[in-house]
Amino acid sequence: MGEFCMPSLGADMDEGTLIEWFVAPGDLVRRGDIVAVVDTEKSDIEVEVFEDGTVTELLVDVGATVPVGTPLARIEATPRSRVTPSPAPAAPAAPAASGPPRGVPTTSRTAGRVLSPLVRHLAEDLRVDASDLRGSGPGGVVTRRDVERAARASQGAPAPRRPPAGAGTRLRASPYARRLAGERGVDLHGVVGSGPGGAVLATDVPIAAPPDRAGSRTVDRDGDVRGAIARSMARSKREIPHYYLQTTIDLGPALDWLRRRNEDRPVTERVLPAVLLLKATAVAAAEHPALNGRWEDGHRPASNVHLGVAIALRGGGIVAPGIADADRLPLDELMAALRDLSARARAGRLRQGEWTGPTITVTNLGDLGVDAVWGVINPPQLAMVGFGAVRDAVLAVDGLPAVRPAVITSLAADHRTSDGMQGAAFLGRIARLLGSPESLDPPTPDHHDDGAIP
Amino acid sequence: MSTTTYREAMREALRDALQRDERVFLMGEDVGAYGGCFAVSLGLLEEFGPGRVRDTPLSESAFVGAGIGAALGGMRPIVEIMTVNFSLLALDQIMNNAATLLHMSGGQCNVPLVIRMTTGAGRQLAAQHSHSLEGWYAHIPGIRVVTPATIDDARWMLWTALEDPDPVLVFEHGGLYGTEGELDESLGPVDLDRAAVRRAGTDVSIITYGGTLAMALDAAARLAERGVDAEVIDLRTLRPLDDETVLGSVARTHRAVIVDEGWRSGSISAELSARITEHAFYDLDAPVGRVCSAEVPMPYARHLEQAALPGVDGVLRAVEELGLRG
Amino acid sequence: MSGIDPAHGLHLLEQMLRVRRMEERCAELYTQAKIRGFLHLYVGEEAVAAGVIGQLDADDAVVATYREHGHALLKGTPMTEILAEMYGVVEGCSRGRGGSMHLFDVAHRVYGGNAIVGGGLPVAVGLALADRLAGRDRVTACFFGEGAVAEGEFHESMNLAALWDLPVLLCCENNLYAMGTALARSESETDIAIKAAAYEMPAWPVDGMDVLAVERAAARAVEAVRGGGGPHFLELRTYRFRAHSMYDPERYRDKAEVRQWREQDPIDRLAGQLRGAGDLDDEGMAGIEARVVAEVDAAVAFAEAGTLEPVESLSRFVVSDRPGGAG
Repeated sequence: MGEFCMPSLGADMDEGTLIEWFVAPGDLVRRGDIVAVVDTEKSDIEVEVFEDGTVTELLVDVGATVPVGTPLARIEATPRSRVTPSPAPAAPAAPAASGPPRGVPTTSRTAGRVLSPLVRHLAEDLRVDASDLRGSGPGGVVTRRDVERAARASQGAPAPRRPPAGAGTRLRASPYARRLAGERGVDLHGVVGSGPGGAVLATDVPIAAPPDRAGSRTVDRDGDVRGAIARSMARSKREIPHYYLQTTIDLGPALDWLRRRNEDRPVTERVLPAVLLLKATAVAAAEHPALNGRWEDGHRPASNVHLGVAIALRGGGIVAPGIADADRLPLDELMAALRDLSARARAGRLRQGEWTGPTITVTNLGDLGVDAVWGVINPPQLAMVGFGAVRDAVLAVDGLPAVRPAVITSLAADHRTSDGMQGAAFLGRIARLLGSPESLDPPTPDHHDDGAIP
Repeated sequence: MSTTTYREAMREALRDALQRDERVFLMGEDVGAYGGCFAVSLGLLEEFGPGRVRDTPLSESAFVGAGIGAALGGMRPIVEIMTVNFSLLALDQIMNNAATLLHMSGGQCNVPLVIRMTTGAGRQLAAQHSHSLEGWYAHIPGIRVVTPATIDDARWMLWTALEDPDPVLVFEHGGLYGTEGELDESLGPVDLDRAAVRRAGTDVSIITYGGTLAMALDAAARLAERGVDAEVIDLRTLRPLDDETVLGSVARTHRAVIVDEGWRSGSISAELSARITEHAFYDLDAPVGRVCSAEVPMPYARHLEQAALPGVDGVLRAVEELGLRG
Repeated sequence: MSGIDPAHGLHLLEQMLRVRRMEERCAELYTQAKIRGFLHLYVGEEAVAAGVIGQLDADDAVVATYREHGHALLKGTPMTEILAEMYGVVEGCSRGRGGSMHLFDVAHRVYGGNAIVGGGLPVAVGLALADRLAGRDRVTACFFGEGAVAEGEFHESMNLAALWDLPVLLCCENNLYAMGTALARSESETDIAIKAAAYEMPAWPVDGMDVLAVERAAARAVEAVRGGGGPHFLELRTYRFRAHSMYDPERYRDKAEVRQWREQDPIDRLAGQLRGAGDLDDEGMAGIEARVVAEVDAAVAFAEAGTLEPVESLSRFVVSDRPGGAG
């Protein structure tokens, strides 16, 4: 072999420091002779050669720390047995031409001290400035132990505390609830949870479609819906400070205009009066961010209007899916959307987007004959607009009594985000829009996204 | 079917084994002349003689190791360690020899050894005589850990264990020996791989083994009165765990409570909880609950011991915390 | 001088030399990081394994410690498989799963290779118990160091073996040091053979550096054990010339002491005796050496050419393979 290398003397030995040479160039050695002492971090070990020969060159100086396998000396085998390779330049730990297969990296010097590659890498990994260290090895050599000690000493600084997770910005829902929601195409935002800390559990997830793909478990679907509504309404009354306003709106102009508009159309393309109410509400909502959006740890105004429309389900219960961008839809499209939505809601075939939290909801119980409806806001929304029955009423018009179709329009609003003034302005806007029904169709081009109040 | 006790069922299992296979012999402290510390081996010495029913000195390490050596040498020993509390003296032989010989030898050395131990607390035997370490042993690769909880399992698991080419540790809860019940004499060797659903239910999976099975069933009955339908699973084997049965149950009920007489920290209930989280996460409607022994050395005073051990009230509370109020 | 049969003497010499040269090569391979983990060499103690195991039948069992390479070799495990095991390749006797400390070879009834001091004694007792119960007249030879005598398992095993009259030969290899602890510092009674008397077990101290003395004692003991005389105990007084393991600065003993013991090198002693009786000359010695070195070279080459067990089979041999997958 011709070379005597730094031996491995244990499973965890990566490098050794040469402490002492017992031989010099020219010395004869026999197999088994002790030729050097190596410091292996735990203690000093005498190391032996495994062949006979003559020492021709010592390659590593006393005090040097080198990795296992580094050639330490050249030994020329006795003439009878082997041919020696030509000697390499006498640089410390030059890459070996023969012998251990690994390429041997050179040691580096820092501030005049020798740092083996291993120590150097360790220092980098542990973020220790090795140039700062006092080496405890012979000759001031910086050992691995020195680096580790320095690293431990600098660990005194406690790890920075992570900021607490933002409350209310993340949906808390059980894994099963999320899975159900995904399967049903339901968005859980806006769903009120009955679990700890308001976590949404499986029973809170709105039902969208029969059959229940989740498995063979029988589900009391109606009971689930009722329960969900109950919890939602209770929470609403608990948490949202409602205030209420009402106004009576003269629908005469609107209904007249609509009648004329519908006259020329087949039945299937006629627009219902309710659509006018929805459109007016939506347009007004776009201009009143204090009433259009949600409350989640503060007022979060919405940049669009997703108009929730309360739809009664057969068998009890209400759903209030949203029509997206209702304020910009032409009346015909809004009509079609409403019809489609109602049908699908009753058939349990709503899409995920429709469940996405409406930004404001309208409840229209006019068909049921009540004068007015004072709604309970659907959390986390900020307002609920209610329309009662359209009835003939005696109103003052131009100073004289007149019989006009009128509807009591109510606003239930969250006092955290709006005051009576804003609420009144909102209702006033709805009234004015309905008073000029042609402005509802086509969609108003001068609506601003920032909801600036005109 | 016949009525018998857990103790008698286990005795019958031993007798059956000794009769069926002449390689089988029973070895342990006081198994012979005394008739067994818990009277399980009563009469066997008279029936089979001292060569087959061997009383040993109080040398757990030596006689467990001897059992290992005898198994290597072609026998089918049943080593009885009087209780799991004393097994600690033989832990080196169990962990470093029985569990490892097959692997260390590259597949050459099978150790077909059965070790039976009594386990558990509840009889005011205090700190050194009340351990439940079967969950601890279930940590070790290379051994099988079984926990017969029913009379049928006491009777029939031993047969299968003796046919296993690898070591099997059988943990018998001390409180079960006197329990009475029906024995199905027709069963024969039962499988050791499957957990058993002892009570089917829909609302929550109560998962347990061994000495706490009866208590879990009691809790399930009380829950039923409150309108909560609990499924009770008897693990039967702690290593390997029957993931399929456990996860299948949780997939149906969406809630789990594990009842484990071991101390909570690092227990088999922790392992099960981790597995459920890993593999049934999206089925869970609540965190996995655990009802374990309090983290104290078992006290002597009865009321303290009872407070430390898992009980029906603890199970009811744990189920409640999952949001199930019935 | 010895009255020893020349052929047998040469045979013993060669057996000891096989162990010696194998161990020396292992040391070298270890410094080259070809053998990893721990390496405990038997250099100096060869007479014990050669003398005792030479008296066992092929069907007898051997249980040994982590210093067991010589025991496995002389019991019949091929040197190729021993070296391969130390290289951690699948051609090793334990498929590379055990390494230096866990040489198992059931075909030659070698049951380890145990790394827990004293841990093999109960297992040896059990093997003997199985033979007793099955009515076989096999012997189990259990080798352990004097350090094991401090462990509870030693006493439990001695008692059980004597109590049940088991066919086990307990061979205490007393090399005076349990790693770095001298016997006098750890035992109240350093005469180990006497301890056996406490268990009513016949016991003899033996000069472990004299292979012929070892052989004589072993022959008597094995015959007695096999003949139903119950367990027997040999205290083999020997010395390891090298450190406890490859990594051991030997701070606990004097170099002078080591030198002194080296003068009793069992190989040199036997060679000297054979030369003195005219049964061995330089040529004969060279011949033996050449054969032994060739065997070692071949074993190393075999190990070098070995293959690593695929990682995919990691979880095999934890429990027995079953049809349809692991348990």
